Amino acid sequence: MRAGAAARPPFDWPRALKDAGLVAGIVVLLTLALVGFRIQDTAGPPLVYRFDDVLAVTLIAFLGRLAIGALRAQRVVPVLAGALVFAAALTAILAFGIDDQWLPFKSPVLGGTIALAAWILSARAAWLVWHAASETSVEVREARMDRLGAQVQKLAWWVGPVILGLAVVLPFLPWTDRRLLDIATLVATYIMLGWGLNIVVGLAGLLDLGYVAFYAVGAYSYALLALHFDLGFWVCLPFAGIMAAFAGILLGFPVLRLRGDYLAIVTLGFGEIVRIILLNWYQFTKGPDGLSGIPRPTFFGLPMTREAPDGGATFHSFFGLEYAPIDRVIFLYYLALALALVTNLFTLRIRKLPVGRAWEALREDEIACRSLGVHPRNTKLTAFAIGAMFGGFGGSFFATRQGFVSPESFTFLESAIILAIVVLGGMGSQIGIVLAAILLIGLPEVFRELNQYRMLAFGLAMVAIMTWRPRGLLAHREPTVRLGHGPPP
Amino acid sequence: MNPLLSIEHLTMRFGGLVAVDDVSFDAPPQEITAVIGPNGAGKTTVFNCLTGFYTPTSGCMRLRHPAHGEFLLERMEGHAIPARAGVARTFQNIRLFPAMSVLENLLVAQHNALMRASGYTIGALFGFGGYAAAERRAIERARYWLERVRLVERADADAGNLPYGAQRRLEIVRAMCTEPVLLCLDEPAAGLNPRESAELNELLTYIRDEHRVTLLLIEHDMSVVMEISDHVVVLDYGRKISEGTPEKVRNDPKVIAAYLGEEETEEREGRP
Repeated sequence: MRAGAAARPPFDWPRALKDAGLVAGIVVLLTLALVGFRIQDTAGPPLVYRFDDVLAVTLIAFLGRLAIGALRAQRVVPVLAGALVFAAALTAILAFGIDDQWLPFKSPVLGGTIALAAWILSARAAWLVWHAASETSVEVREARMDRLGAQVQKLAWWVGPVILGLAVVLPFLPWTDRRLLDIATLVATYIMLGWGLNIVVGLAGLLDLGYVAFYAVGAYSYALLALHFDLGFWVCLPFAGIMAAFAGILLGFPVLRLRGDYLAIVTLGFGEIVRIILLNWYQFTKGPDGLSGIPRPTFFGLPMTREAPDGGATFHSFFGLEYAPIDRVIFLYYLALALALVTNLFTLRIRKLPVGRAWEALREDEIACRSLGVHPRNTKLTAFAIGAMFGGFGGSFFATRQGFVSPESFTFLESAIILAIVVLGGMGSQIGIVLAAILLIGLPEVFRELNQYRMLAFGLAMVAIMTWRPRGLLAHREPTVRLGHGPPP
Repeated sequence: MNPLLSIEHLTMRFGGLVAVDDVSFDAPPQEITAVIGPNGAGKTTVFNCLTGFYTPTSGCMRLRHPAHGEFLLERMEGHAIPARAGVARTFQNIRLFPAMSVLENLLVAQHNALMRASGYTIGALFGFGGYAAAERRAIERARYWLERVRLVERADADAGNLPYGAQRRLEIVRAMCTEPVLLCLDEPAAGLNPRESAELNELLTYIRDEHRVTLLLIEHDMSVVMEISDHVVVLDYGRKISEGTPEKVRNDPKVIAAYLGEEETEEREGRP
């Protein structure tokens, strides 16, 4: 049973009410303009007022904050009762559709989310009834999560292969359909981009907000080479990588002396410059029309189509299979997986080489690097170039998968998502990036039903992770080399 | 015997402030030369000029490397000074790579040798060349130095988690891993307790005697200066006011005046 119940101080009503009032006030401020008014373009009045929604949100925030305050003050039972009643009522209304006008929100998704929050709150209260409230300080929690991160990292030697094995057999699992494969391909692409950007941001510590520029350079390199010179995917892939690497060096030179915020701003500008060039250089890039008819990749020269354009053998005829459109989807998935794996193997290897260590040292202290004879310019440029090269590979994969590229695909939002994957995963952590990519790319795709609340959920997840794990999900660094002396640290 | 390092008429101006004013002195080979002086006398500025962090306004710094020949340090790029001329340094406020392990810190110090061995990354990436052997040698060198400063047990710990004194020692051996001919130490005894100071003296004399390295150190701790230095240079207001053996400098009235005679000594903050 609960310990120390006798010693609890009297409940501080004014303070709890003030707290809850403050939260409610903030909610009103935030939602009034965004939720309270809605512009309608169909018939009827142009502006719809939704003050009942604002009121509902405010009330829920007020009650929720009051409940959390009461939990902290060890007033568990009333909270448990209140939350349970609320959750049960809301769930009943949702489940049986008793009367829609009792629902604060028209959307069942939002109603469900709130019901879920109420359930979580009552579960927490129930937990506290049986266990003494344990105040865990931020440091303790951080340390605990760090240990968890370290354990996960230690598990990585078999978690990695397990995930890999799962990824390899994924197309042949019974519940796998085309949609899941498409999502998996997308996730694999972003994992690869995350791993590529990780070289620049996680290892070398150069905050790059314009990574999408290299993605774009890779995509357009492949598209233009293929369309103008009639080259295949496998020939163009290295060229696309090299061109993107040159773009990386091009960006690297002017920003060599910049750090932190200044570097971020310039790279952001670079990303936009590349996009705007693609948009405006009509003769070369077809501008906003984009480039279409980009050839699909072949399987060692065997096209994945029903009939080969030159009348030769196709993939299915060569292997004596029935033609199935899913074959190409599977092939693209494996291609993305292979490219991602190459990126991973490369990163793992180069981290253990002098240049990889120099990148990390540069992230830690540039002045100390210089005093040890590490060439800061060359080291930074290799980081930019190699990170960009993988961006270029990703870009050419994107182009070949879509068959169409246009500048619209390379907006700042892409850069932000890739950076978010790296930061959320934990800077420099390879497996963390996999998790973050699944979380940030996979889940929103799976939950497309949430439609207009999708980005809301995305934002909520980001805020939650940044609150609980400010250094990323798995921010634990293993040394690249061990002396293996004495007890492990 | 030719001095390893000759500083001739070194002047460094920051706008109107003359931080170092026409300073000349020599550092004889395989000896410990201490640069002392009140706060803001320009000692760290001399070091920053020497190691390429500042380009001096005028003057000349000549280093005679026994194997690589003569270098004019003021004409070299910052990273080339440790890499080619063999001048290593430590910092007043320790500058380790805190999130990297102790051993990794020492391997980064051997970056240039390892880069050559790895075929500038390309060879080693595909497993060609003798990179594995080169890395083993680098680790052996690191182990040797860690044994010298009793840090072998902590080799795999993050450098940032070491106690202060150990971080100081690690920074010195990290500089030694670059195989320097001249080691510049900026207040190596700052913040050390008497026992650690004594250990430091032992380490520095060991480096001088066994590795034939010339040492140049800035120090406030007179127990370190008087005990181990062979040669002392005193700066005040950016000028050299005295030079010679520790005994001679200790009894020089000008030095005593600079340290004790003037009340505003503590208020001067000329160091950039």
